[in-house]
Amino acid sequence: MSESEPQSIRRQPSRRGTELLLLICAWALGVLGTLQIGWSTGEGTPSRLWVTVGVVGVLALVMHLVVRWKAKYADPILLPVATLLTILGLLMIYRIDVAAAQRAERNSAPQPTPDVYAQLTWFAIAVVLFVAVLILVKDHRRLQRYTYSFGLLGLILLILPLAPIIGTTVNGATLWVRVGGLSFQPAEAAKILLTLFFAGYLVVKRDSLALVRTKFLGLGFPQLRDLGPLVIAWVVSLGVLVFERDLGTSLLFFGLFITMLYIATQRRSWLIIGSLFFAVGAYLAYQLFEHVRNRVTVWLDPWAYADTTGYQIVQSLYGFANGGIMGAGLGQGFPTFVPFANTDFIVAAIGEELGLTGMFALLLLYAVLIERGLRTAVSVRDSFGQLLAAGLAITLALQVFVIIGGVTRLIPLTGLTTPFLSYGGSSLVANWVIIALLIRISDRARRPEVQQFDADDALTQVVRRV
Amino acid sequence: MSELALTLIRLAFLGLLWLFVLITILVLRRDLRQPAETRPTGRARPVKAPKPAKVARASKVRGTKLVVTEGPLTGTVIPLNTAQVTIGRAPDSTVVIEDDYASSRHARVYPSEGAWVVEDLGSTNGTWIDRTRITTPTVLPVGAALRVGRTTLQMQR
Repeated sequence: MSESEPQSIRRQPSRRGTELLLLICAWALGVLGTLQIGWSTGEGTPSRLWVTVGVVGVLALVMHLVVRWKAKYADPILLPVATLLTILGLLMIYRIDVAAAQRAERNSAPQPTPDVYAQLTWFAIAVVLFVAVLILVKDHRRLQRYTYSFGLLGLILLILPLAPIIGTTVNGATLWVRVGGLSFQPAEAAKILLTLFFAGYLVVKRDSLALVRTKFLGLGFPQLRDLGPLVIAWVVSLGVLVFERDLGTSLLFFGLFITMLYIATQRRSWLIIGSLFFAVGAYLAYQLFEHVRNRVTVWLDPWAYADTTGYQIVQSLYGFANGGIMGAGLGQGFPTFVPFANTDFIVAAIGEELGLTGMFALLLLYAVLIERGLRTAVSVRDSFGQLLAAGLAITLALQVFVIIGGVTRLIPLTGLTTPFLSYGGSSLVANWVIIALLIRISDRARRPEVQQFDADDALTQVVRRV
Repeated sequence: MSELALTLIRLAFLGLLWLFVLITILVLRRDLRQPAETRPTGRARPVKAPKPAKVARASKVRGTKLVVTEGPLTGTVIPLNTAQVTIGRAPDSTVVIEDDYASSRHARVYPSEGAWVVEDLGSTNGTWIDRTRITTPTVLPVGAALRVGRTTLQMQR
């Protein structure tokens, strides 16, 4: 860190112009991609092109203006990158719609309903929530007051799919709640609420968690009493795994809690303890559950099961191979060979049509997004904001790693949505709320300090009021 | 659509995608170049000793204040009341010191049985009272110098 900087407070550029430029760039990519899909699939210029493209443009512009109005100094990268990822997702969903429609025509089957309009609606809802968060949450530190309410609400949401009547099982995993005609995945909202809870909880408890009592093998280990929250997180995530059969979500929660503990206490021993707990949990799950065992066997040798359980992953790998370095081109691959091409396996479709070049760009976009989140965490001053920003960034990072790692056969496949890309409303909305929170925190972090801060902060910095 | 036109559009799409990525990376680089601007300036600023508004009420413990005698915070007075004082680089410490030789959570000073006790919180470079490095919680008598990194604090009555 800098040693005694010059005292002058320099003007921090707000960089809203850069943000707008990037947003226009993202929108242009959307237009170009839609046209390309229309032309190369022989559909011609999509009939509702200007409506969809216009809606996306207006939504992006609304978000930009709200950020200008409510969070002037926010990070200029977060919004455009998330928008571009959403647009890429919409493109791929549209692409898969077209492919599904053409296949239905060939087989003279009834036309499937296109998903892209539903996704566009969800994007609009996500934008509404994004705006709401920015307007309602004026200062992220206020959220700390509701730490335990958030935690309780998060846990309730997490177990909600198990409730009778409203809980629904889809493809073997019980993670849906259906009320009326609407269905959503409460785990997506729970992940934000639990991050808020972890951040609030750890800010208060980190002193006792960091005070090392016993030294063992050269590393300090925390007291047994301090292990409590870790054990709870472990039990809850295993519970989700057992009762809802949702491997991805349990992995996400456990990983999130361990990394947040590590960030809060800066003790490496948590990572070691966490890995031990993970190993035990993974071993137990492997021994006890058929579906976990299946995933591992398929991961080790998918080609042995190419026609059955390994079909998805094998098709996904063929897709990547077909894409090669430059990709088949939007509209020129065969993305529908992979089941669930527009949800879990959307990355496989992107890999096929945009190739390695596109995949690298995609991964870089995610990396930049996560880096901006972590950077926000580093530069914001209050511990709650630091932990919250880091936690939210880690949530995104873990999701990207687990699902893209699974699709590319780096790790066993677990069902998680690809942030911003996958077809699915709850995930899209939840991830946009994450972006809104990060923007709110980054606005606080980058805002030039004004007079009213100084007196107060100078005091609290040296002497905490008791 | 001819094959050629489609190929060109395909390449244009990838090109635009990478242009986007490159612009973001340019912005990132600009931010890295000016770390002082993106980071709040407050923490690095040596703080002038705030005059303790209220002198600590007569407490049973002996010392009543820690005074920074060496290091970037020289002159700062930390009144000791009844609560513990944490020292380290972490921004939520009571005494935040900007010092590469200090750990995030370096040491804490807390009252115990009528005296102030210093405990090292597993710091890398150790906590020193006068010339001895402490390994267990140690009483900090009045007049003793507590050293954390390049900062020295003196216990005063």
